[in-house]
Amino acid sequence: MRVLAAVAALTAVAILSLAIGAKPIPVTDVFGGLLHDDGSEQAAIVRELRVPRTLVGLSVGIALGLAGALMQALTRNPLADPGLLGVDAGAAAAVVIAIAVLGLASPAAYVWFAFAGAAVASIVVYMLGSRGRAGATPVRLALAGTAIAAALTAFTNGMTLLDPLTFDDFRFWSVGSLGGRDLGILADVGPFLLVGVLLALALARPLNALALGDDAGRGLGAHVGRTRALGAVAITLLCGGATAVAGPIGFVGLTVPHAARAIAGPDQRRVLAYSVVLAPILLLGADVIGRVVVRPGELEVGIVTALVGAPVFIALVRRTRIAQL
Amino acid sequence: MSALAWRGIRTPRDRISFRVHGRTAVVSAALLLAVLAVGVVSVGTGDYPLSLEQVVGTLVGSGDPASTFIVETLRLPRVLTGLLVGGAFGVAGAVFQSVSRNPLGSPDIIGFTMGSATGALLVILVAGGTALQIGLGAVAGGFATAAVVYLLALRHGVQGYRLVLVGIGVSAVLESVNAYLITRAARDDAFVAAHWLVGSLNGRGWEHVWPVGIALAVLMPAALVLSRRLTILELGDDAARALGVSAEGSRLALLLVAVGLTAVATASTGPVVFVALAAPQIARRLTRAAAPGLASSALMGALLLTASDLAAQRVVSADLPVGVVTGAVGGAYLGWLLWRGWRTT
Repeated sequence: MRVLAAVAALTAVAILSLAIGAKPIPVTDVFGGLLHDDGSEQAAIVRELRVPRTLVGLSVGIALGLAGALMQALTRNPLADPGLLGVDAGAAAAVVIAIAVLGLASPAAYVWFAFAGAAVASIVVYMLGSRGRAGATPVRLALAGTAIAAALTAFTNGMTLLDPLTFDDFRFWSVGSLGGRDLGILADVGPFLLVGVLLALALARPLNALALGDDAGRGLGAHVGRTRALGAVAITLLCGGATAVAGPIGFVGLTVPHAARAIAGPDQRRVLAYSVVLAPILLLGADVIGRVVVRPGELEVGIVTALVGAPVFIALVRRTRIAQL
Repeated sequence: MSALAWRGIRTPRDRISFRVHGRTAVVSAALLLAVLAVGVVSVGTGDYPLSLEQVVGTLVGSGDPASTFIVETLRLPRVLTGLLVGGAFGVAGAVFQSVSRNPLGSPDIIGFTMGSATGALLVILVAGGTALQIGLGAVAGGFATAAVVYLLALRHGVQGYRLVLVGIGVSAVLESVNAYLITRAARDDAFVAAHWLVGSLNGRGWEHVWPVGIALAVLMPAALVLSRRLTILELGDDAARALGVSAEGSRLALLLVAVGLTAVATASTGPVVFVALAAPQIARRLTRAAAPGLASSALMGALLLTASDLAAQRVVSADLPVGVVTGAVGGAYLGWLLWRGWRTT
C-alpha cells in the first residue's frame, strides 16, 4: 500500500513538474503535447523544456537519494550527506579547474572531472574522519567534511574571482539547478548513473549484514572491505554524475533516507528502494515550489532543498543525544 | 611549571593587583613586533615601493606629498583595517571557543559570520547602500543568526558539539540564500558581492577603519572584564556555578560582545574565514596556556590577516581577496588539527 502511495505521489509530482512553470499548462494539454506534437507553443514547452527538466530531476533525485542512503548505511552515520561530507565541494573544485584552466565548457567534457573531484574528496574526508581507534563517528565525519569543503571552496572562490568569465558560468552552476539542462547531458551522464544505481541496489544485502557492525557482518558472510569499496565507487558515480548534471544540490541525500527508514524500517533493501522513489519526489517537488514562489522568476532547486533540508538536519541534531553520534 | 609561569604585579598597598602569565607576555610582545613588521612591509611595498625611512617619515608627518598620498590614502587604511579586523576576529574566536569549550565553536564555523554576510549582502544588492548601511546590515544579520543558532542549540543548556552542528546547518541555509542573492544580481553587482563574500581588503579606506576601531575600543575592555568568568566557564557549567558564576548569564553576555565584534569586523572586510578559528588555537599553542588568551588571540588574528593579505597581494595577484588565502590555509590547518586530535582517542 505504502509503495503504491509513494509511486502515485511521484507520478503526481512529475505531472505537476510538466504542468507548472512560468507558463502554466492545463494537465489535459500536457498529455496532448506529450502524445503528439501539434506544433502549438504549449506542446513545444512541454516537449522541449518541461520533459527534459523533469527527466533530469528524476535521475538526479534518484542518484542523490541513493547516494545519501548508501553513505548513511556504510558509515552508520545519520548525518551523512554528499554536501556535508565535502563530495560536492570536491566535484565543484574539479569542474572549476576544467572550466578555467582547460577551457572545457560542456558537461560531457567535465563530467570526468566531477567524478575525480568527488572521489578524491570523499576518500580524503573518510580517511580524516576514520583516523584513530574510535573510527568514523558521525560528528568526526561532519567536521572532516566541513574542513575539507572549506579548503576546496576557498580554492574554487579564488579560481572564479580572478576570472570574471568563469565566474559568470560558474555562479549559476554552483547553486544547483534543473533548468536549462537538455537531454544531451543526461545521455552523457546517464550510463554512469545507471551503473551507480545498480551497484547501490546490489549492495543492499551486504549492507544489512554490516548494519550490526563490521565483526557481526563478517560473521554473517559479508565482505567488509569489498562492500566498502564498491559502496564508495557507487557513491562517487552517483554524486559525481548528479553534480555534473545539476550542480551541487545539498540535503536531498541527508533527508530522504531518514524518511525512507521511517516508512520502511531498518531493512536496507526496502530503505534503498524507498529512497529511489522518495528522493525524486523531494527534488521535483522542490523544483516545482521553486518555480511558483518567486514568479515570474525561479528559485533554483538547490536553494529550495537547502531551505527544506537544513531544518531536518537541525531537528536530527537536536533530537539525537550527542553522545550517540 | 604553570605556577612558576604566573607572576603577580601589585601597586603599592595592593590597590590594584593582577597576575601576568610570563610566557604569554613574551609571546604577545613577539607577536606585536611581528604585526608591526608586516604592517611596515605592507605599507612599503607595492607598485610604488617606499623605503623604511620614507614609510616612517610619512607616518610621523614629514614625507613628500606623493608618498603621503600613497601611505595615508591607499595603504595605511588597508593595513589598519586588516589589523583591527584580524584582532576583532581573534578575540571573537577566543570567546566563542571558550564558551562552547570546542575549537570548532568559532563564529565562521557556526554561521555567525555567514549571517553577517547575508545581512550585508541584502543591503548591497537590494538597497545598494553606503558603507554605514552595509555595516548596520551586517550587525543585524549577525545578531539575528546568533539568536537563531543559540535558541536552536539550547536544550538543557548549550552543549558544545550541538552548537557546532546546529551552526553548520544554519550556515548551509544562509549559504544558499547568499547564492540566491548572487544569481539574482546583474553580473557586475554579483561579481562585487561575490568578492565581498569571500572577504577582501581591496580598496578599504578610513571609513572601514573607524567602525572596527571604535568597536574594539568599546568591546575589548568588556571582553577583558568578562574574561575572568571565561576562565571559570572553561571548568564546566557545574564548577562555574559552584564558584558563583551564573553559567547562562555570563555566556550570554560574552556571546553578545563576541557577536558584536564579529559583525562589525565582517561589515568592514566581508567574512574572512578561519581567522577566528585559527588565531586562538595558534595563540594557545604558542603560549602553552590552558585557555586562549584574549590579547594574544587578538594579536595573532591581526598577524594572520595582514600576513595573508600581504601573501595574496605579493605572491599571487593584486586582485586576489585575502579570504581565499585564509580559507585555503585555514581549511588545511583545521584538517591537520582534527588529524592530530584524533590520533590517539
